[in-house]
Amino acid sequence: MAGSDLDRPLYGRGPSAGLRFTLYAILSILLMYYDRHGQLVHRLRYGMAAVVYPVQVAVGSPSLAWHWLTANLQSSAELRAENARLRNEVRELALKSLRQDALERENAQLRELRAALPPLIRHWQLAQIINVETDPLRQRVVIDKGARDGVHVNQAVVDSHGILGQVARVGPWSAEVILVTDPEDAIPVQVTRNSLRTIAVGGGSDGELVLPYLAANADIRSDDLLVSSGLGGVYPAGFPVARVIGVRRESSQLPAQVRAAPVADVERDREVILLQFSADNPAAPAPNPPIAPPAAAKGTAAPKVREPEDE
Amino acid sequence: MSERHPRLLMVVSCLIALVLSLLPLPHWAAIVRPAFLVLVVLYWSTMLPRAGGVTLGFGGGLALDAFQGSVLGEHALALSFVTYLAIRLHLLVRAKPLFEQSLFVFAALMAYEFLLWVIDGWSGYALSTPTRWVPTVTGGLIWPLVVGILGRFHLTR
Repeated sequence: MAGSDLDRPLYGRGPSAGLRFTLYAILSILLMYYDRHGQLVHRLRYGMAAVVYPVQVAVGSPSLAWHWLTANLQSSAELRAENARLRNEVRELALKSLRQDALERENAQLRELRAALPPLIRHWQLAQIINVETDPLRQRVVIDKGARDGVHVNQAVVDSHGILGQVARVGPWSAEVILVTDPEDAIPVQVTRNSLRTIAVGGGSDGELVLPYLAANADIRSDDLLVSSGLGGVYPAGFPVARVIGVRRESSQLPAQVRAAPVADVERDREVILLQFSADNPAAPAPNPPIAPPAAAKGTAAPKVREPEDE
Repeated sequence: MSERHPRLLMVVSCLIALVLSLLPLPHWAAIVRPAFLVLVVLYWSTMLPRAGGVTLGFGGGLALDAFQGSVLGEHALALSFVTYLAIRLHLLVRAKPLFEQSLFVFAALMAYEFLLWVIDGWSGYALSTPTRWVPTVTGGLIWPLVVGILGRFHLTR
């Protein structure tokens, strides 16, 4: 009987709790080590993602149902208003792209290329964000496309406003996206106003980015737009990333404290776009280095901005 | 019904706690959300240390790792440690009034969070925001409720 088994005194039968704890602790430490440095655990994680995915979908479904319901209960007046707004947006975008073809040809001429360049984006794919909480300290989301849909690690993820992040981990039907606001992510950026290059690092739970490698006298101010610089091998050049919202200069010795708010927003429409690039377009991410954690990313920063923090 | 199948009740309550810790919440609520799974595992390891044992803590921690995308083994190590602590001290804790139990739970949650923090730092994810420690307080506060709810199912009848 299970009941009598459970009522027995704790000690004196089977391996003791202490021994078990020691074994599990060793197992955990091995798992952690090989998760960082091995292939075996990666395969295990891939399998786990497959098991975890249905639960994530189930947990996320109530809020998904709520979204669906509110979308379906919209009055026709609201829908008409939204339609008008969208038409307006389409017209604006069409106007913006009217001269695109001519500009691309002109660009090819200026670069003295015989043929026009291949389009930067070779393939794009829409994915839904699954409404499930990961650690609130981390800025990550789960999406409903995985290895079966051709998603791969380090793939750039954007929304219609700018860069959201990159794929950190792939399961068969789902993937985990690490946002640019996650402290583990760093993105090489460029200020559009003066082409100043630096690195933006995620600020953590407050949903902001910080630019820790700028000298106190660096030419940067509020409302500057930061675009990706194309270094680092993950993100293409020229995509909007964030807008500077605060610059603080305490002394000329310390680096300036610059905060920026991302232009992309996961909360907006719960949809993201996964991009694949043609490698022969100059704006495509350079294929060489793999994912660069913040510590390693320092090395790729422009030497000009590195000097003050070395002191 | 449940006295016959405490193991079933244990697994079901742990699954519910896992779902509770995965439910999408607004930002402020996600910050104060207590670690439900840790609380439930603590309950079972103090009330019925034989039923789940350290294995329950290890399994629950692995599940958290799988869902939260942390280094595999991080929550597993922290939760097995806290479970072990609770099993060793279960006679002591069980005899205390709820208020003192809450204090013990608070201390256990602190130890759990501290281990996570250390492992985070070791794996290159040093993040010391004060919000990290908020769930330990809410967890201690909610402990009487956990005992009340789970005890209703498992002790009476």
